[in-house]
Amino acid sequence: MATWNIIEYGAWALSALFGVLMIADWIKTDSTNSEEVLTSSREGELEAMSEDRRG
Amino acid sequence: MANTDITSKVMDGMGPHGTKVGLLRVLGPAHVWALGVGIVLVGEYMGWNFAVGKGGAYAALIACWFAGILYTCVAMIDSEVTSTVAAAGGQYTQAKHIIGPLMAFNVGLYLVFAYTMLEAGNAITAGYLVSVVAGMTGYEGVLDQRPFIILVIMFLAWLNYRGVLATLTFNLVITAVAFVAIIVLFFATSGIIGTGIMNHAALMEGQAALPYGTLGILAAMHFGLWFYLGIEGTTQAAEEVRSPARALPFGTLAGIMTLLIAATLTWYICTGILPWEFLGDGVNGSVAPLFDAARLSGSTGLVWLLGFGTLFATLASANGCINDASRAWFSMGRDRYLPKWFGAVHPKYRTPYRSIIFLVPIALIFALGAPLDQVITFSILSGLLGYTFMPLNVILFRRKWPLDSIKRGYEHPFHPLPAYVLLALCAITYVAVFLGYGTQLIAMILFYVVVSLWFHFWRYRFVNRGAQFTMPWPRPKGY
Repeated sequence: MATWNIIEYGAWALSALFGVLMIADWIKTDSTNSEEVLTSSREGELEAMSEDRRG
Repeated sequence: MANTDITSKVMDGMGPHGTKVGLLRVLGPAHVWALGVGIVLVGEYMGWNFAVGKGGAYAALIACWFAGILYTCVAMIDSEVTSTVAAAGGQYTQAKHIIGPLMAFNVGLYLVFAYTMLEAGNAITAGYLVSVVAGMTGYEGVLDQRPFIILVIMFLAWLNYRGVLATLTFNLVITAVAFVAIIVLFFATSGIIGTGIMNHAALMEGQAALPYGTLGILAAMHFGLWFYLGIEGTTQAAEEVRSPARALPFGTLAGIMTLLIAATLTWYICTGILPWEFLGDGVNGSVAPLFDAARLSGSTGLVWLLGFGTLFATLASANGCINDASRAWFSMGRDRYLPKWFGAVHPKYRTPYRSIIFLVPIALIFALGAPLDQVITFSILSGLLGYTFMPLNVILFRRKWPLDSIKRGYEHPFHPLPAYVLLALCAITYVAVFLGYGTQLIAMILFYVVVSLWFHFWRYRFVNRGAQFTMPWPRPKGY
């Protein structure tokens, strides 16, 4: 088998690995945290806003 | 502020409205630079040369500089507005605060489409580059590019999933290598160091100068955008930089300066080494012009350097696109413009993980199932629609909140001149795009009309109207 064929299989395997890692963590995260906490993000109170408002 | 405790391990203290898990503020100006330049620099390595095919070498240079003016206006306007509306979502969030929900919905979709299509285009290109390397190393079979296309998308999505600091530090390194490679190629081939191989006089004489006249210059504008397309993506880092008022203008303006230099050097190198007929054919001629220029230099070191530069630029662009598309999608979910489910943040990695994962199959479908030129055209068209919104946005911003009402991190000069220049250049570019891709342009506009109707008559009832305007601004002038 040519080296490039092995590299092809390696790319398939790595792609699957990254996919499995993300999906496994996604399922774990969603099952161990409440939806309220996960979706609690709001636009922040930011430095530029609080520096100096003269209006 | 009772919900805010900056010392807590479960509450980041960033939000005034009960944020328990928010995006992480860890980025500096260099990361902003890496995000903007990283998305764009692949356009110097390939794609811009279609402008040469449309109108010749001089037309490409004129398009390069006119597009440079367009994007300098974009960078200046963006720097002012985003240093004030410093939240994830970039232009979507700006539109939401300054114009209104329907404009925001459309701008959000422009962003997601532009970046996801560009990501798909980069993955296709990376697969092609791997097959070229296989051919150069003596492989005689037909390499299956699909596993490499998928690997690029999956690896970069995983990197984005795991945290923004590692993602953009990775981008900073590979973007810097790709930029330095262009500088090195310029010095090595121009005659400044050693013997030059430039031959502009012979390659651009007679008919080669402007083969299609002034119409060629207009047609070249479409691909002139390619030198800078995506620099506006710096704004998506707004909620993750430590100091938005300083880092966003600094990173964005340094980014456009870098690109103006890189674009001009790229044009100079390639038109001085490659005949315009070969250079302008990006399909059967010069697919990667800088790499081709390096090969003609006869230096093995330059071939390797520009080979890595091309691959790194492609990866950096795809990486930045995943970052930006997911932030725009996440912000729309957070405001209920899309299902709330997309507005989730990972409690450990502090990334919009659901949006990152959701966009992976969409990128894969386009990368594996659509031709590259169509994917890129839809990306450019979505970007162009976004640029058309910016002049309107900044004019309304200055009118509703004059300079003495809100302190900006950056105030762009000569207002409203940049806005009008940007609007005029967008109009010219629409004509240029219509000449080459009229059907796609009309189809794209019809698509946005249909989704706008859907948003107005159905989706808007779900929008969290009270909670979406978070900036502690004074009442707009005249209201």
